Amino acid sequence: MLDLKLYKSENKPTWCPGCGDFGILNAVKQALADLEIWPHEVLFVSGIGCGSKLPDYINANGFTTVHGRALPVAQGAKLAHPGLHVVAVTGDGDGYGIGGNHFLHAIRRNIDITHIVEDNLVYGLTKGQYSPTSAKGFVSSTTPEGAIERAVNPLALALANGATFVARGFSGDPKHLASLFAQALKHPGYALVDVLQPCVIYNRLNTYDFYEQRVYRLEEDANYDPHDPEQAWQRAHEWGERIPIGVLYQESGVPTYEEQVPALAQGGPAQRPMPPLTEAEREALLAELV
Amino acid sequence: MAVHELSIKLAGEAGQGVESNGAGFARAAARAGLYVYTASDYMSRIRGGHNSYLLRISDQKARVHRDSVHLLLAFNPHAITAHLHEVVPGGAIIVDEGMRIPEDPVKAAGLQLFPLPLKDLAERVGGSKIMLNTAALGATAAVTGFDLAYVEGVIRDNFGSKKGAAVAEANLKVARAAYELAGDRYGRRFPWKLHAVEDAPRRYLLNGNQALAMGALAGGCRFISAYPMTPASSIFEWLTAHAQRFNVVSKQMEDEIAAVTMAIGAAYVGARAMTATSGGGFSLMVEALGLAGMAEVPLVVVDAQRPGPSTGMPTRSDQGDLLFVTHASQGEFPRLILAPGNVRQCFEAGYRAFNLAERYQTPVIVLTNGFLASSLETVDAQDLPFDEVRIDRGELLDAAALDGLEEPYARFRVTESGVSPRALPGHPKAVYTTPSDEHTEYGAFESEDVANRLQQQPKRMRKLEAARAEMNGPSLYGPGEADVTLVGWGSTLGALQEAVDELNRSRPGSANLLHFTDLWPFPASAEGALARARQLVVVEENQTGQFARLLRAETGRRPDHLITRIDGRAMTPDYILENLKEVALHVGSQAV
Repeated sequence: MLDLKLYKSENKPTWCPGCGDFGILNAVKQALADLEIWPHEVLFVSGIGCGSKLPDYINANGFTTVHGRALPVAQGAKLAHPGLHVVAVTGDGDGYGIGGNHFLHAIRRNIDITHIVEDNLVYGLTKGQYSPTSAKGFVSSTTPEGAIERAVNPLALALANGATFVARGFSGDPKHLASLFAQALKHPGYALVDVLQPCVIYNRLNTYDFYEQRVYRLEEDANYDPHDPEQAWQRAHEWGERIPIGVLYQESGVPTYEEQVPALAQGGPAQRPMPPLTEAEREALLAELV
Repeated sequence: MAVHELSIKLAGEAGQGVESNGAGFARAAARAGLYVYTASDYMSRIRGGHNSYLLRISDQKARVHRDSVHLLLAFNPHAITAHLHEVVPGGAIIVDEGMRIPEDPVKAAGLQLFPLPLKDLAERVGGSKIMLNTAALGATAAVTGFDLAYVEGVIRDNFGSKKGAAVAEANLKVARAAYELAGDRYGRRFPWKLHAVEDAPRRYLLNGNQALAMGALAGGCRFISAYPMTPASSIFEWLTAHAQRFNVVSKQMEDEIAAVTMAIGAAYVGARAMTATSGGGFSLMVEALGLAGMAEVPLVVVDAQRPGPSTGMPTRSDQGDLLFVTHASQGEFPRLILAPGNVRQCFEAGYRAFNLAERYQTPVIVLTNGFLASSLETVDAQDLPFDEVRIDRGELLDAAALDGLEEPYARFRVTESGVSPRALPGHPKAVYTTPSDEHTEYGAFESEDVANRLQQQPKRMRKLEAARAEMNGPSLYGPGEADVTLVGWGSTLGALQEAVDELNRSRPGSANLLHFTDLWPFPASAEGALARARQLVVVEENQTGQFARLLRAETGRRPDHLITRIDGRAMTPDYILENLKEVALHVGSQAV
């Protein structure tokens, strides 16, 4: 295991005291240390939002992009440089709202990236509007009468689209969360870790207390098989008195996208030298034009 | 009558083989050592509608197509009524005998009608009426006196590889039969002839999109992520077709936003990455363009313009995005814009864009359009200058340089040039963050203090100063001094050059041309070139004269006249000359 101090950033988090993002940051560091991934071997790509500031608070490569676009940037980086561990970090608005379409397609592509969603069920940085995962009836500054839509179910969405790794964590249980991140990082293919993460300012409903009374660890349920899609589907819909955390589903043996691209057989284009075309290559191109 | 040059137009419905036949005959002519220029005119549909394909074939370099037609191949009656007025007196129309056609207007226009049993012949000799197309090709060769062997070669190549020897043989029989029949009946009646050029050097036939993609590949592009959009798709398709051989990662994405941001991710870690789209797709990419500017990522974006606004005229051509791409995305950041004007310049733009993007660590936009995208042009070997391709990655720190780094790496170090030495993610001595927020030299974000902002924002913008000095000024075509100076940019190059030639043929010294390929930052050397112009006429394919406005804003020079075209059809010398007459009329000029 590498020393956790290795990942200490010089920048101090600006998150509110008690924010669930701290637990996520610590768990990410723990997972990297456990897996002995050095700071230069990993690239965090985030969008916009409180949680998307994470790359600034960890000593590792980081690229904070624009709202909703972390996933395609992360996929581009991975395809161009498959040697990097690429982690996309988004919030629930970022990942399931504005970036919802990218989420859908990242799932079915199965590029080997880890996707951490800091899911606080509310918009924090823009000060308290409802989010795609807010419950129906959630009262916020833009839904004073309560949200009319149903909440997005990211776990079911991921399962329905063929995700090969689907997990849910709770930032109040950082040790368990670190183990989920480590499993996601090790998983070959797209790995979703949706993290229940209280916003202590704007979400008075889904608080630490709310979760602590409800969450339970799937791995402590001897009957649960994370390789069984039917069980996963059922637990993905369990939300109320009991909320499961842990690896809901993992499918092994599915080739990643990049393993199926012949152009990547000798590494990504960012890893290879950039020589001029050879005489034979030029001739072959010109011969097509005669 | 000139025997050095003629124009053939094929016209009919989409699905009747207008484009494939036209391109086939173009290839045959190019193989015969002739120069070809084609212009396709088609609608956004798979079957039906009205399409046409124009070939100008000449033993001199053809820089563009012309408006007049010598031989029309009409695949349906509408093709005749639509194009009758384009055929020159003494010209001819080839039609199938079974087609009901309005003969009177043909005669009234002084045109010849060449009916032939194309369909019957196709069925009888080849066994399928689909081969009517092949019969038409044979007939075209016959009336123009063109050696059938070149057409046969193209038929063999087109059918042989895809559909097998038997299909190729049947088509060859049809071509020969039509050639004989048409030659006997009409060979002597058609005055324009095509002769193969003896010992012509090997020439290449390609369009601007192919040239751009090939130039990009030669320049090290190994990553393209795109969303299909006419007329840019064939850049993406060309690179995809060559992906396996050249190890190009080619990715069709869910939308244009994903396409451009994926390219940014790839370019960020060190690949030469591009995306190609048209104006509507570019509109979606605009936010990401600013991201590349702030994050200093070398990104290449092609905007193949088509007429807007909105969906506009999807298969037509235009130059209406200039001021949009010059200003797209919020705030201010450096960007470079190239607008190639022909196949050679598209090839050059392909590799130059990447060198510029990496040297200045900022986005480069290549502005082409539907016309350049789809017009085939024959070029000589020196017009695809592989030998001139240099891969210049700018201030890129290699592993050895990073190993020896004594201080912490500052990705956004404030430098005089504005360019900060770049390290790619993955080296232990260069672990850094790249924020889309304002940031410090070390990449720490939310660095909104005044002193930092006053360092970083001017640092980025300083790149424009060096770029402005190295942008190519306008190229001069024609005499150094002239009564009228035409000014154009991008795709209208060939039409402008031929218009200038015609003006000087009738009155030497009457016109010259200043053509811009480097549009932004506006080249520093432009002012001197413009200062020598007496009367300035800007010619462009948009309504408001966007380039004229740019010219005035950047140089203070107000153009005297503006010739615009907004019908979605490409600029031709004929259109320019016609409109120039009116310009001259209004100002009482003696110039033209």
